Amino acid sequence: MENSLMSLKYHVSPTDFTRAGEASSDVKNKLKKLGVPPEIIRKVAIAMYEGEINMVIHANGGDIFVDITPDTIHMELKDVGPGIEDIDKAMQAGYSTAPDDVRSLGFGAGMGLPNMKKNSDTMDIQTVLGQGTTVIMTVNMPE
Amino acid sequence: MNNHKFFHSVYLNEELCNGCINCIKRCPTQAIRVRNGKAVITSQFCIDCGECIRICAHHAKRSNYDRPDILSNFKYTVALPAPSLYSQFNNLDDINILLTALIYMGFDDVFEVASAAEIVSEVSHKYIDEHPEKWPLISTACPSVVRLIRVRFPNLIDHLLPINPPVEVAARLARKYAAEKAGIAPEDIGIIFISPCPSKVAYAKEPLGTEKSAIDGVLAIKDIYPLLLPLMLEAEKSPMNLSRAGQIGVGWGSHGGEAAGIVTDNYLAADGIDNVIRVLEDLEDEKFSNLSFIELNSCDGGCVGGVLTVENPYVAQAKLKKLNRHLPEVVTHAPADLTEEEIYWTEEVEYLPVFRLGDSMKESIMMMNRVERLCQKFPGLDCGACGAPTCKALAEDIVRGKANETYCIHILKDQIHSLTRSMNSLVNSASAYEMKGNDYRYIFKQYLKTLLSDISLLDAALNLNKEDKDE
Repeated sequence: MENSLMSLKYHVSPTDFTRAGEASSDVKNKLKKLGVPPEIIRKVAIAMYEGEINMVIHANGGDIFVDITPDTIHMELKDVGPGIEDIDKAMQAGYSTAPDDVRSLGFGAGMGLPNMKKNSDTMDIQTVLGQGTTVIMTVNMPE
Repeated sequence: MNNHKFFHSVYLNEELCNGCINCIKRCPTQAIRVRNGKAVITSQFCIDCGECIRICAHHAKRSNYDRPDILSNFKYTVALPAPSLYSQFNNLDDINILLTALIYMGFDDVFEVASAAEIVSEVSHKYIDEHPEKWPLISTACPSVVRLIRVRFPNLIDHLLPINPPVEVAARLARKYAAEKAGIAPEDIGIIFISPCPSKVAYAKEPLGTEKSAIDGVLAIKDIYPLLLPLMLEAEKSPMNLSRAGQIGVGWGSHGGEAAGIVTDNYLAADGIDNVIRVLEDLEDEKFSNLSFIELNSCDGGCVGGVLTVENPYVAQAKLKKLNRHLPEVVTHAPADLTEEEIYWTEEVEYLPVFRLGDSMKESIMMMNRVERLCQKFPGLDCGACGAPTCKALAEDIVRGKANETYCIHILKDQIHSLTRSMNSLVNSASAYEMKGNDYRYIFKQYLKTLLSDISLLDAALNLNKEDKDE
């Protein structure tokens, strides 16, 4: 079964907006080559892009691990950033702790986590203040 | 997969191709490989953008289109000049001079694409207004953009503006009006488009959003340009009153014109195929909110930048702007008898997953894992010597069964080095252990044979054309 699993690893550089989105874009293009249905590609691309941007804005970058099988796409976004103080608040649409300079670039609208939740089938956030955050999302293939 | 969907205007003149890597590097869909010293286009990947025609220094890449003698095939002919045609001439201040010259050339009538563009602008404006759920709507006037979306951006298909491009609307109306005006059977009328690009040549044969195009023939601007110049001198003396287009229609010829004509203030307009791809990638990630319309042109500068034009696109843009200053804003409005079929798409554009690796997800994953492993092995120089644009493209060709590892001259070179090293150590050990003469000769010959066959592979990869030329 090892062969029907594809494992990908990306490093997200801190505070480099010119490169933010490279990982999700690569995954998106790979999913197209794998023949994944368009609506699944859309969900994965948006969920992962939002997560990637979050890592750049809030967490000094980090690492993303993606496992693709014929049944599911599993994404693990790991950072050693400041952690999320109040997850419930962070999940609210429009709530953001992004600094002003980031907002002036058009980011930090407070839609990151809500959009990730909306576009994934399961989402789990593990966060420790001062130590970092790991977001695990899965998107399942249609039956 | 239906092959007729991939009719192409772009083709290769083999004699002129010297097997260099310029076109394979330039192609936005990585559709070209050099095989046996000649460029080969993979039909399913090609979107007829014409970038390979633009970059080929040997003029080996060509576009199919009709010759001016096509006029004699019909009882009655109508010329459909593209707005970009107006931008090709110095000091043209009256479009009627150009249109009159087309009549002198042998056409019975003209119907400006710019005039149909004004109708399309009006209908598009209304459609965009009434369909906020589809925002941003993506312009469908450039067939290469639609073809690109069809093979690479499945999630954006629903955003395509389902309205025929101005050239198609012009063709349909021109035939209707000519039949009424001249009392001729519609099938005896030849609707001939004068095109700035190969993309629209392909469109006429294999349209998008409609089953059959009303365009009967396509001439290249660069072909009729020299024919028109002397006729325009003549036409200048007493131009006929033929023009029915204003600023909005003529403006479609260059970048930003379509969006301006649709009269919306929250639009984005991108030109040049690389920029178009970047915008589509971002659009796919839903990075643009609140935009209602996106104008995309495959060529730099818009249609004035088409590869079948003669003028520098930026000079052409300036000329179009100058010409436009004297025109009224709009001349043609949507006629009352305009039918749904004349203006709207009647067929869906469907996603064609041509870049998919395998037939099933499982197979595709296995193939992609192999691609990744191969990429580790390749030098990552993207040198193009194997005939593929990148190491990754070669790896994909290999897993698709269309190439093999020895196409990579770096891998081949390493193999030769390792063989020479082994031979060297063989010679040393043979003398150290006093191997028998026959055994020694046999093993040595085996090595030499492998070495020579690898060298000849390397020669084959590098010198194919040279051999052709020597013959």
